[in-house]
Amino acid sequence: MKYVDEFRDAGLVKSTLDELRGTVTRPWVIMEICGGQTHAIMRYGLDQLLPPEIELVHGPGCPVCVTPLELIDKALAIATRPDVIITSYGDMLRVPGSEQDLFSVKAAGADVRVVYSPLDAIKIAQKNPHKQVVFFAIGFETTAPANAMSVLQAQSLGLDNYSVLVSHVCVPPAMHAILSSPANRVQGFLAAGHVCAVMGYWEYPPIAEEYQVPIMVTGFEPVDILKGILMTAQQLEAGKAEAGNAYPRAVTFEGNRPAQAVINRVLESCDRKWRGIGLIPQSGWCLRPEFIEFNAEHRFQVEGIQSEESPLCISGLILQGLKKPDECPAFGRECTPERPLGATMVSNEGACAAYYRYRREYA
Amino acid sequence: MSESILFDGPVCPVPIRDRGQVIMGHGSGGKLSHDLITGLFLPPFDNPVLRAGNDAGVVDATPNTRLAISTDSHVVWPLFFPGGDIGRLAVCGTVNDVAMMGAMPLYLTAGFILEEGLELGLLEQVVTSMRLAAAEAGVQIIAGDTKVVERGKADGLYINTAGVGQLFAGLNISGHQAKPGDTVILSGPIGDHGIAVLAARGELGFEADVLSDIAPLNHLVATMLETSNQIHVLRDPTRGGIASTLNEIARQSQVSILLEETTIPVRPAVQAACEMLGFDPLYIANEGKLLAIVGRDDAGKVLEAMRATRYGEEAVIVGQVQDEPAGRVLLKTAIGTTRIVDMLAGELLPRIC
Repeated sequence: MKYVDEFRDAGLVKSTLDELRGTVTRPWVIMEICGGQTHAIMRYGLDQLLPPEIELVHGPGCPVCVTPLELIDKALAIATRPDVIITSYGDMLRVPGSEQDLFSVKAAGADVRVVYSPLDAIKIAQKNPHKQVVFFAIGFETTAPANAMSVLQAQSLGLDNYSVLVSHVCVPPAMHAILSSPANRVQGFLAAGHVCAVMGYWEYPPIAEEYQVPIMVTGFEPVDILKGILMTAQQLEAGKAEAGNAYPRAVTFEGNRPAQAVINRVLESCDRKWRGIGLIPQSGWCLRPEFIEFNAEHRFQVEGIQSEESPLCISGLILQGLKKPDECPAFGRECTPERPLGATMVSNEGACAAYYRYRREYA
Repeated sequence: MSESILFDGPVCPVPIRDRGQVIMGHGSGGKLSHDLITGLFLPPFDNPVLRAGNDAGVVDATPNTRLAISTDSHVVWPLFFPGGDIGRLAVCGTVNDVAMMGAMPLYLTAGFILEEGLELGLLEQVVTSMRLAAAEAGVQIIAGDTKVVERGKADGLYINTAGVGQLFAGLNISGHQAKPGDTVILSGPIGDHGIAVLAARGELGFEADVLSDIAPLNHLVATMLETSNQIHVLRDPTRGGIASTLNEIARQSQVSILLEETTIPVRPAVQAACEMLGFDPLYIANEGKLLAIVGRDDAGKVLEAMRATRYGEEAVIVGQVQDEPAGRVLLKTAIGTTRIVDMLAGELLPRIC
């Protein structure tokens, strides 16, 4: 398959690894931001192949994992109303809220539907004019353009039965939070290729400069990831700290300007709680006030719901790269994908799920 | 905790221990289905035949006649999809479950649950498809039942079939019989059925040039059994894909199964759909494939015999059975690393981004 096979090529993997081994002379800690990369690393066992000097720690880039508990509780409160069809990406349905998850309320009779795109939710709204259709719009910069576009579509179609429950988060503020923590160990970043396909990487040179860390835009196939690690290691060894691009087939410096324009038209920056981490100032996007009629929190008056989380797992430390999943006492015991204690064990992009699925033998 | 000074500290949700209700994941063929069977169904019905945990129960009808008996309900939507329909599925599903015990399927029963308003012409098409599939398999449908439920209480049409077959003499084929050193053979490319049905639903906004692989495998099985008496396990990897089926075998036999990623055939269109949706083809359903675990010395001739049949043309060796780690399936990746292949947990869900 074109654009896949050549980036999983065993020969290219080997030659990139050889170059990496020839490059590193000292230990380095590198964080891959994106949960998709964490899964690829585990799925292909890339960390087994790295020279011992390179330690990978796993970042907070799992949109399902960091969606705050109270947003899930708000979604559950909306979903149980008889006049509502709630829609979201598949992964989100399995994440536990305070007492249940969306799959459970579905089993109890709520109309909960998996969609692949918010534009499908718009179609559902058109087909069901007597129902309120809510899209649970989560994710990083990657999903923001489509989510924002759905609001513009609803507006132009005059749909008064469509709204979005927005829980968008952004990568750069999370990088600031990680790098400014006194406990930080991260010396270089693999930036998330999909996020950068939308946003470009013009936001990263100031971060690289301020904290003196190289930041390398990185893709998701084995060769892509090794290339990102190699380019990061080359900078670290040379004492450089710049933002660079190891994924040029998908990412440009400016990114996708029309997509950014759609985001800017519909969404604005706001404070956001990250599940397992806490409040990070100006780290998310909310609907602009002029789109308040499409804001599900407002429409269903669930703004007041506050949720308390219990300190039962260490997903917060994992999402900050301070611990690895197999260092959690509950890992693979009390906490499994069928009975997750934390969101990191639920999502296809969660680090704990990646370790469990591909690695627990060696834990 | 001092380690996360800038943050609220590590927090996590209250665990959901046991769900009080059935969720869709209980029907996925993966871990939740397995738990439901072993936790809820097995204890009250417990007996040695059921406890064997195979696709069909094997009983001694007379001292010289052993029968394999199985049942399967079919709730696929849409009712018609590229490469098949619910009728062909209902016949082949049960035929295959019986055949996987090393039996020649002989008779089926069919129970229909019809939703008020179902077009009779459509029902006729389904029945015709069942007739053709039964003729191909060489089985007869000898009893049936019809129930009608009110509109909205069923998705058009559900079919349950049960089947009985006679075991070939002197066989002991079971999920418990995999032995270290055995060879794992797969009868052809994986994931065709799951992706064909998913694409036919039209919900995910993609089209795939893939036909479901639904087929009766009993003639293939008969050919294999004529070729070798070293066939230890036969399974058709339906829901949950080859990953879940191989995990069941590894647990039943208390062995490890090591797969070679590069040998597992996946059609390009199936691979492309999986890449797009974030699925792993190892977990996608098949309806016309089998996995055979065969004594190493006979693997070559079994493979050759399979390739001479209609539904085994693309058969390949995909792995081997080893001692350790017992109960686990491992995969040697294309780049030479090794990872676990687990059972499917819950439903297969498209990824977010």
